[in-house]
Amino acid sequence: MQNRIQEIKEKAMALIDQAQSPEKIQEARVRFLGKKGELTALLKGMKDVDPEMRPKVGAWVNEARAEIEKRMEQAGEQMKAELLKKRLEAEKIDVTLPAKRPEHGHLHPNEIALREVERIFTGLGYEVVSGPEVEYDEYNFEKLNIPKGHPARDEQDTFYINSNIVLRTQTSSVQARIMEQGKLPIRIISPGRVFRSDAVDATHSPSFHQIEGLLIDKKSSFADLKGTLEIFAKELFGEDTKTKFRPHHFPFTEPSAEMDVSCFKCGGKGCRFCKGEGWIEILGCGMVHPHVLEMCGLDPKQYTGFAFGVGLERIALLKYEIDDMRLLYENDLRFLEQF
Amino acid sequence: MKSSLLWIKDYVPDLDVTAREYADAMTLSGTKVEEYQELDEGLDKVVVGRVLSVDRHPDADKLVVCQVDVGEDHPIQIVTGAPNVQADTLVPVVLDGGSVAGGHDGKGRVPGGIMIKAGKLRGVESNGMICSIEELGSSRDVFPDAPEYGIYIFDKDTDAKPGDDAIEVLGLHDTVVEYEITSNRVDCYSILGIAREAAATFDKQFSLPAVTPTGNDENASDYIAVEVEDEKLCRRFVARVVKDVKVGPSPEWMKERLRAMGIRPINNLVDITNFVMLEYGQPMHAYDLDHIADHKIVVKTAHDGDVFVTLDGQERELFDDSLMICDGQKPVGLAGIMGGENSMITDDVKDMLLEAACFDGTNVRLTSHKVGLRTDASTMFEKGLDPQNAKAAMERACSLIEEFGAGTVVGGEVDIYPEPVESRTIVFEPDAINTLLGLDLAEDDMLAIFTKLDLLYNPATKEVIVPSFRQDLKETADLAEEVARFYGYDKIPTTLPSGQSMMGGLPFESLVSETLMDAAVSCGYSQGYMYSFESPKAYDLLGIPENDSLRDAVVISNPLGEDYSIMRTQTVNGMLSSLSTNYNRRIPKAKLFELGNVYLPHQVPITELPDEKMTLTIGSYNAGDFYHLKGDVECILSQIGMNDEFEYKAISSVPYMHPGKCAKVFYHKQEIAMIGEVHPTVLDRYGIGKRAYLAVIDLSVVTGMAKFEPKFKPLAKFPATLRDLSLVVPDEVTAGEIAFIIKKAAGRTLETCELFDLYQGDQIEAGFKSMAYTLSFRAPDRTLQDEEVSRCIDKILKKLGDKGITLREA
Repeated sequence: MQNRIQEIKEKAMALIDQAQSPEKIQEARVRFLGKKGELTALLKGMKDVDPEMRPKVGAWVNEARAEIEKRMEQAGEQMKAELLKKRLEAEKIDVTLPAKRPEHGHLHPNEIALREVERIFTGLGYEVVSGPEVEYDEYNFEKLNIPKGHPARDEQDTFYINSNIVLRTQTSSVQARIMEQGKLPIRIISPGRVFRSDAVDATHSPSFHQIEGLLIDKKSSFADLKGTLEIFAKELFGEDTKTKFRPHHFPFTEPSAEMDVSCFKCGGKGCRFCKGEGWIEILGCGMVHPHVLEMCGLDPKQYTGFAFGVGLERIALLKYEIDDMRLLYENDLRFLEQF
Repeated sequence: MKSSLLWIKDYVPDLDVTAREYADAMTLSGTKVEEYQELDEGLDKVVVGRVLSVDRHPDADKLVVCQVDVGEDHPIQIVTGAPNVQADTLVPVVLDGGSVAGGHDGKGRVPGGIMIKAGKLRGVESNGMICSIEELGSSRDVFPDAPEYGIYIFDKDTDAKPGDDAIEVLGLHDTVVEYEITSNRVDCYSILGIAREAAATFDKQFSLPAVTPTGNDENASDYIAVEVEDEKLCRRFVARVVKDVKVGPSPEWMKERLRAMGIRPINNLVDITNFVMLEYGQPMHAYDLDHIADHKIVVKTAHDGDVFVTLDGQERELFDDSLMICDGQKPVGLAGIMGGENSMITDDVKDMLLEAACFDGTNVRLTSHKVGLRTDASTMFEKGLDPQNAKAAMERACSLIEEFGAGTVVGGEVDIYPEPVESRTIVFEPDAINTLLGLDLAEDDMLAIFTKLDLLYNPATKEVIVPSFRQDLKETADLAEEVARFYGYDKIPTTLPSGQSMMGGLPFESLVSETLMDAAVSCGYSQGYMYSFESPKAYDLLGIPENDSLRDAVVISNPLGEDYSIMRTQTVNGMLSSLSTNYNRRIPKAKLFELGNVYLPHQVPITELPDEKMTLTIGSYNAGDFYHLKGDVECILSQIGMNDEFEYKAISSVPYMHPGKCAKVFYHKQEIAMIGEVHPTVLDRYGIGKRAYLAVIDLSVVTGMAKFEPKFKPLAKFPATLRDLSLVVPDEVTAGEIAFIIKKAAGRTLETCELFDLYQGDQIEAGFKSMAYTLSFRAPDRTLQDEEVSRCIDKILKKLGDKGITLREA
C-alpha cells in the first residue's frame, strides 16, 4: 500500500514539475486530488483495508496529499510570478511620450498681483473694501482737496459724464466714503478700476487699476507710514528690497512722498530694467491732509492717518517683467497662459 | 522745468557739487531731478584755433589742408572737408587724442563721445579736427549763427585767442537739469525758486540778483493809463515805459544762459523778457507804444465770437470769458497767452510799453484751451502766479534794459493792484510736527530749517510768517513737510502703527469672486481683462434693437473717441472681441472668463450713479458644445455651494444668441444667468470662424446664494436599488420635463435619476426619441423591498404616460 501511495505521489510530482501552465496544474489537481482523483480513490478504498492498518494508511495518504499540494502551490506561485514578469515586460512604455495634462486655465497677471497685495495687507489687519467706478466729483475731487479749477484736475485728464459725475481717476475716492462712515480706527485697502484720458500705448491705458490704502488712528505718523510700506515692499519684492522716500505733492496728503524700491533685478546697482537708476518708482503716499479729514467729518487734532496708492498694472508689469501694458488687455491666450 | 546749473550758481555762489550729487540731493529734498545733461559731456581737448591758411588737397577735390594756430609754438596741420573754412577765422579745434560729443550729422550725442586721432586723410597728415556745432553736442537752434553745413566760426568780436578752451568760450561747461516740479510749488518754476531750494538743500547762502533802481525823471503815468475792469481775472498789472529803444544783440553771458535752456537768443529786448520769465517765473510782454491807441490800457473780457489776430498771424475766435488787454479802441493782447499782431514789437520800434501782470490761472488755462493756443507764458500763468513777483520781475527787466543800453527807462510805473496779497502766518506747533512725523526734533532745529527757506519767525506770537511766493504753506502739516524735507525723509525712523490691532480680511463678495475665478481656472478658462467703455456700435454688432433698454448707457462727455464713448451695459461685446482676437491670431481653441462690472443707469442722461453690477462672463470656441458649457457653469457655481438643482428655460429672443441653443438659468427660482451658443450672424460680424459659446452670470444675485459651510449628511447604510427605464418619448417633450415628472412621481426614495442614453433615428418611430434612465432608490433606514420600488416605477410610468411617453419594447 505504501508503495502504491509513493507511486502516485511520484507520478503527481513529475506531472506538476512538467506543467507549463496553471491549467496543467489544475489538471493534475483533478487527477490526483479531485473527488475522483487517484489519491482520493485510495481513501475511498479504505474499507477494503485492514482496520488496524487504516489509521496508518490514512496518515500516509494525507502526508502524500499535503506534499503534492505544497508542490502545486509552489509551482503555481512560480508560474504566476513568471507570467506577471512577462506581462510587465510586455507593458513597458516610452515615458518620454507627451504628458496628458488636465485642462487648466490661468489667472490674469493683474489678479495674481492683486491677491499678493491683498495677502500682505490683510495680514497687517487691513480690510479690503470697494467703491463705485462711476463716481461723484465730490468724492473723486472735492473731498480730496481738489476743488474746481485745481490744476490737478487737468493733470489727471478726467473723463466726465457730466459736471457732477466722473469716471473715477483714482481709488482715493474711496477714502472719503470710508471716513464719512465714521467707524474708527480705519485700516483699509481698496483695489479697483480707474480711468484717465490717456491714449493706449506701451505704458498707458485709459483704464487701469489702483490699490488705495488708508489708515486713520490716533497718533499715526509718517514714521508708521514708512514702516508699513517698507514691509509691503519687502513682502512684494523680496527681503533684500530697500525703500527710498522722496518728497512729492498730492493735494490730499501733507507731507507727501513717492516711494522707490531698489531694483529687484540688479539689486540697486543700475541696469537696463531700472534705466540705470538702481531705483524703481512704485507708489505715492503721505499723511492724510487735515483739510481732507475735516471735510470727511474727522477732527484732525484727534485723528491723523496715512494713505497710499499703488498702480496694480505697474506691479504686474514689474514683477512679471511684462514690457507692454497693451498685452494686459488683449487677452491673447499665449500671453495669459504664461501666468 | 529746466535750469542751467551755472545759472543756479549765479545765486548760490558757494555751491560746489557734481551734477550727480546735485541731482541726488535735490531729488531727496523734494525738487525731483528727472535727468540732467552735462553740456560738455564727451568733449575733450577742444581749443580755439586760428586758421592761418587754407590750401587745396593734392589728391582730393573736396578736402582742404589748413594750418591752424592752436596756441602752441607751431601751427598744426588739419585736413577738413568743411565747405566754409576760411583763413583768418577762429574755430573750435579738437586736438589729437581729444573727443567730440557727436557726429556732424546732427543726430545727437554718441555715448562717451567720439575719439579723434591724428592720421592721414588721402595721404596728407591731419592732426586734429575743426568742429561743427553739432559735433560739440549743441545745435543751430541755440547757435543760430552756426552754418547749416560746415564748421562753427567764432564771432569776429570775440575776445578768445588760439589755445583757449573753446567749450568755455561757447559757455558749454554747464549742466542742464530737468526737474519734475509739483503743482503746489509755483515758485520753483523759476531759476530763483530752484536756487533757493538748492541753497537750503546744500546749506549755502542764497542771494537774489542785484537790481538797481531804474528810470529817468519822467513819470510812466504821463505816457500810459491802465484800467482793470475785471479785478478777479487780473489781480495785478504793472506797466512801465521804455523810450528810444535800441534793438541789438544781448551780451554773451545772457546768450549762454538762454542757450543752455534751449532758447535761441534773438535780440536784447526779446532776450531780456525771456530771461526774466525764466529767472523770476513771471511772463512779461512788450507792446509798441505807438500802436497803443489813446496810450491807454483796459483789461476786460471779450464777447463770444470776437476775432483777434495774435502775433503769430493767426485769427483766434474769442469767448465771453476770454480776458483781453485792450487799448483805447481795440484789443492788443490775449491776456497771459499771446500779444496781438497789431501792437507787436518790430525792428523799428521807438517807444515800448512793458507789461508784468498777474492773471487768474484757471481763466488762462481755460481760455488757452478754448482758443487752442498754449504758450510758454500761458503755461506759467496757468499755475497761478504770485502777484508780488510781477513788480520784482519788472524791476529786474528794466534794470537789464538800462544795463544793456537797450533804451531809456521812464521813471515810475503804473501799478494796478487793488487787493495786495496779505501775508500769512502759521502758529508754530513743534509738538504737533514731531507727532505727525514720528520725530523728536528740537524747536531750534525746525526754526533753522524755516530760516533757510526765507520763512520768518515771530517768537512773541510764536508764528511763522510765510513769504508771498510760498502760497502752498497754509498750516502745520505744511510746515511739517518742510521740516521733513530738510531733516531728510530718509532719516525719519520706520515704525509700525501702534494703535489698536484690527481684524483685516476680504469681504464676502471677494471670497465669492475669488472662488469663482479659481473654479473657472480649474475648468480650463483663463482670465481676461476688458475695458469698461466701448463703442455704441457694439449694440449694432450684437443686433440689439434700436429701442432696447440695453442701449441706455452712461455716456462719457469727453471720450478718447467713439470707440471708448459709453460705459458698457453688457459684457458680451468685450468677450466676443477677445475671442475674435484669439481666433484671428490662429489660436485653435479658446476658453476665457472675465469678471467685471456693467453700468446700468437708472435714467439717461444720468443724474445719479448707475448700478454697477459685477458680472462673470464665460466664453469659448472650439472647446465643446452647449452641454459642456452648461457643465462648466454648474461646476463653477457648485464651488460656492450652489449644489441644488439648476433649472433651464429655453429662450429664443436674445438677439446675439442662437435662437435654438440658448437658455436662462434659474436657481431656487431666481434667474442667475444666460447661457448658449452665439448667433452665427454675430459670429460673422466678429470674425470668429467657429461656433462660440457664452455664459453671462449675474454675480449681484449669485453672491447672495453662495454658502461656504457645507453640512454633513450621514453616509448611506442600506443598499440602493437600481432600475433602468428605456422610454420612447415624443420629440417635443424635454429632458427637463421628464426629470421633473420622474422626481415628482417617485417620491422621497428616489436618490438619483440619470439619463444614460439618448437616441433618435431609424430604430425609433418618427417624431419620437428613445431616452434611457437609470434610477437609484434608497431609504436611509432600511433596505427597500422590490415591491416598494416597483410601485414607484408604476407611478412614474403612469405620469409619463400622460405625456405620451411609453416604455420601449425590448
